[in-house]
Amino acid sequence: MASQGTSIWAKHQIFEKHSYWLTLGILLVISIGGLVEIAPLFYLKGTIETVQGMRPYTPLELAGRNIYIREGCYNCHSQMIRPLRDEVERYGHYSLAAESMYDHPFQWGSKRTGPDLARVGGKYSDVWHQEHLFNPRSVVPASIMPSYPWLSKTKLDSKRIDEDMRVLRLEGVPYTDDMIANAKADLDTQATTDADAEAFNKRYPKAQVRDFDGNAAQITEADALIAYLQMLGTLVDFKLYDNKANVR
Amino acid sequence: MSTIQDPIPAPAKSMRFGEAGLLVVFAILAFCSIIVAAKAYSASYAFHAYIFAAASIAAVFAIGNRYMDRPAGPVPQEINGKPNYNFDVVKVGTVLAVFWGIAGFAAGVTAALQLAFPMFNFDTSWFSFGRLRPLHTSAVIFAFGGNVLIATSFYVVQRTSRARLAGDLAPWFVVLGYNLFIVIAATGYLLGITQSKEYAEPEWYADLWLTVVWVTYFLVFLGTVLKRKEPHIYVANWFYFAFIITIAMLHIGNNVTIPVSVFSHKSYIYWSGVQDAMFQWWYGHNAVGFFLTAGFLAIMYYYIPKRAERPVYSYRLSIVHFWALIFIYIWAGPHHLHYTALPDWAQTLGMTFSVILWMPSWGGMINGLMTLSGAWDKLRTDPVIRMMVVAVAFYGMSTFEGPMMAVKAVNSLSHYTEWTIGHVHSGALGWVAYISFGAIYCMVPWLWHKKEMYSLRAVSWHFWVSTLGIVLYISSMWVAGILQGLMWRAYTSLGFLEYSFIETVEAVHPLYVIRAVGGILFLIGGLIMAWNVWMTIRTPLTEAERELALAPAE
Repeated sequence: MASQGTSIWAKHQIFEKHSYWLTLGILLVISIGGLVEIAPLFYLKGTIETVQGMRPYTPLELAGRNIYIREGCYNCHSQMIRPLRDEVERYGHYSLAAESMYDHPFQWGSKRTGPDLARVGGKYSDVWHQEHLFNPRSVVPASIMPSYPWLSKTKLDSKRIDEDMRVLRLEGVPYTDDMIANAKADLDTQATTDADAEAFNKRYPKAQVRDFDGNAAQITEADALIAYLQMLGTLVDFKLYDNKANVR
Repeated sequence: MSTIQDPIPAPAKSMRFGEAGLLVVFAILAFCSIIVAAKAYSASYAFHAYIFAAASIAAVFAIGNRYMDRPAGPVPQEINGKPNYNFDVVKVGTVLAVFWGIAGFAAGVTAALQLAFPMFNFDTSWFSFGRLRPLHTSAVIFAFGGNVLIATSFYVVQRTSRARLAGDLAPWFVVLGYNLFIVIAATGYLLGITQSKEYAEPEWYADLWLTVVWVTYFLVFLGTVLKRKEPHIYVANWFYFAFIITIAMLHIGNNVTIPVSVFSHKSYIYWSGVQDAMFQWWYGHNAVGFFLTAGFLAIMYYYIPKRAERPVYSYRLSIVHFWALIFIYIWAGPHHLHYTALPDWAQTLGMTFSVILWMPSWGGMINGLMTLSGAWDKLRTDPVIRMMVVAVAFYGMSTFEGPMMAVKAVNSLSHYTEWTIGHVHSGALGWVAYISFGAIYCMVPWLWHKKEMYSLRAVSWHFWVSTLGIVLYISSMWVAGILQGLMWRAYTSLGFLEYSFIETVEAVHPLYVIRAVGGILFLIGGLIMAWNVWMTIRTPLTEAERELALAPAE
């Protein structure tokens, strides 16, 4: 090989002739980028803004979020508003890192086949969502979204929602013992119109309480999904949010 | 040593450690799977547990059967001084690659039709776009691409090391275990089992299984390289090494998760929010960089020189671009998160390295294309070479487009649009699939001792039909993407947003239809290949080929 004479090419032969050196070299080279880009995100203070109003998901919202994930909504809907003029005008205040700090996993998405949903909460009525999920073209004739008629017919499986919350607490979501002990009761409370929700609302400030799917007979998957959609982007009050305080 | 005493009397047959060990492991796995199935929280998870149980029981029978049938002595490493290659696993991997390719393309066509005409969702849960799209991406990347990579790597590492594949049952465990992972992942998506992390959707138990398979894969590959008769490790094997090692790191890093229970399919990723986003795209972009690039560059470095009968253009260029490529790729992830809540410093770093990445990528392209020096006439005469050369050209094109789209100003328009989809498919269809098709067209005759594919005319038809498909696909997605980007940010003279979101959906409809047509053409090309492969394998050997087949491999 032509590499014999010159030093650097000859030195490279250590990788060409020893598989352990090659393995080691590759491991070293591929580790650096990730270490530099990921590790600081865990300790640089500016990474996640200080905001007021963020709280963990209620049991019903969490169940709804799991349905959002199950149906693959993230394939077509982002939850990340960029600080660009048209996006802020179309969708609302740009998304903060703090707003997804309890999201395991994150749902920022990568594609907008449909519109961004980061602040969809409160934009449409429950009835609109019920109709839209059942058949999107009944309210948006040109929509290409699939219909999800089974959601309003399927009873929500929430027997073990407290186990989910326990795992999330292990991962750093601030669920209290109180929240976990009352998980199933809280889920029922939130999906019932006119329920006595005082204790529930103390645990989860700003949580909306009502029968989301318009069917009081049972708590369905549509109840959970609509409860989740209706709270998206509503926790941080941007009238009070001080962006300057978070300039890094 | 035992071969000398073989004739009289046959040595007593005893189980090898690997056979006995795997028998026990699979028996335990079958038992545990049945318990999990019985106590599973959901029917879909129970279904998966039963699949694991059935696969484990099948494995126990297969290992037992094989033990009964095999000769007592160890498998000879050489026959008449020539390596006794293990090509059976390569054959299985190759056929599975063709099968999954068709399945993946068909899933893609279905998803494309769903976007053009939502009635193709049929209002069923398991067939709706949100579940089918991950099925499509996983089927083409991991099922088709993965089987191509495993099959070709097992072929190339044996040939270039002049040594039989390391391990006795291990290579089979890799190929079949990997495909079990594919079945679990694919059926899971349709049943609604997903982590929602793009290209890493399978849940914790599938991830664990894949980790075991992958570590075995690495050991088989390393073990074969260690046995090599050549002093140098051939350049293709560097790329296979980088691909296998890096995918292991990425897979583990991005899937750190805590299951709700061993009886539940559901788990929650340990990372959250912005950190999870960074982990995801560190993984996601390097699934492109190492699965879909490094692995397929390895294919380029073996199959193009072999088919063209020319040496690799520049040895030094391959050294430089190898280390540069694997070092720089890892940094490029944040370009998927431009203008998001990821800190600016990380975005800028990701953009910078993405632009630099252009150079080592083109280093690979130049090395691949220039290997044709002195053999350019083969582009006219050999459709297989044509396919592989066009693959490298597409590689060059999409590795220019990628850095361009990673520039923040461009990304502000292209992100979230179909432009990304177009970019991905110029890489996936043009580069990854074409270099794979080329490798399959080379390898099928080699493996089944045929002089050539059954029909080179059919290869040519495959090439032209699918090229037309790619052109329709990527050009329609470019137009759709730029259209979306421009319409979303368009303002009226009074300073209002000009278009509602749904108007942009309506505007891209015709382009979705064109894309679906492109996808159908690409699928037809795949079916032509499947037929051609089938006919090549089925056709009896000619007299000359039979002689060739009886001679031990070089």
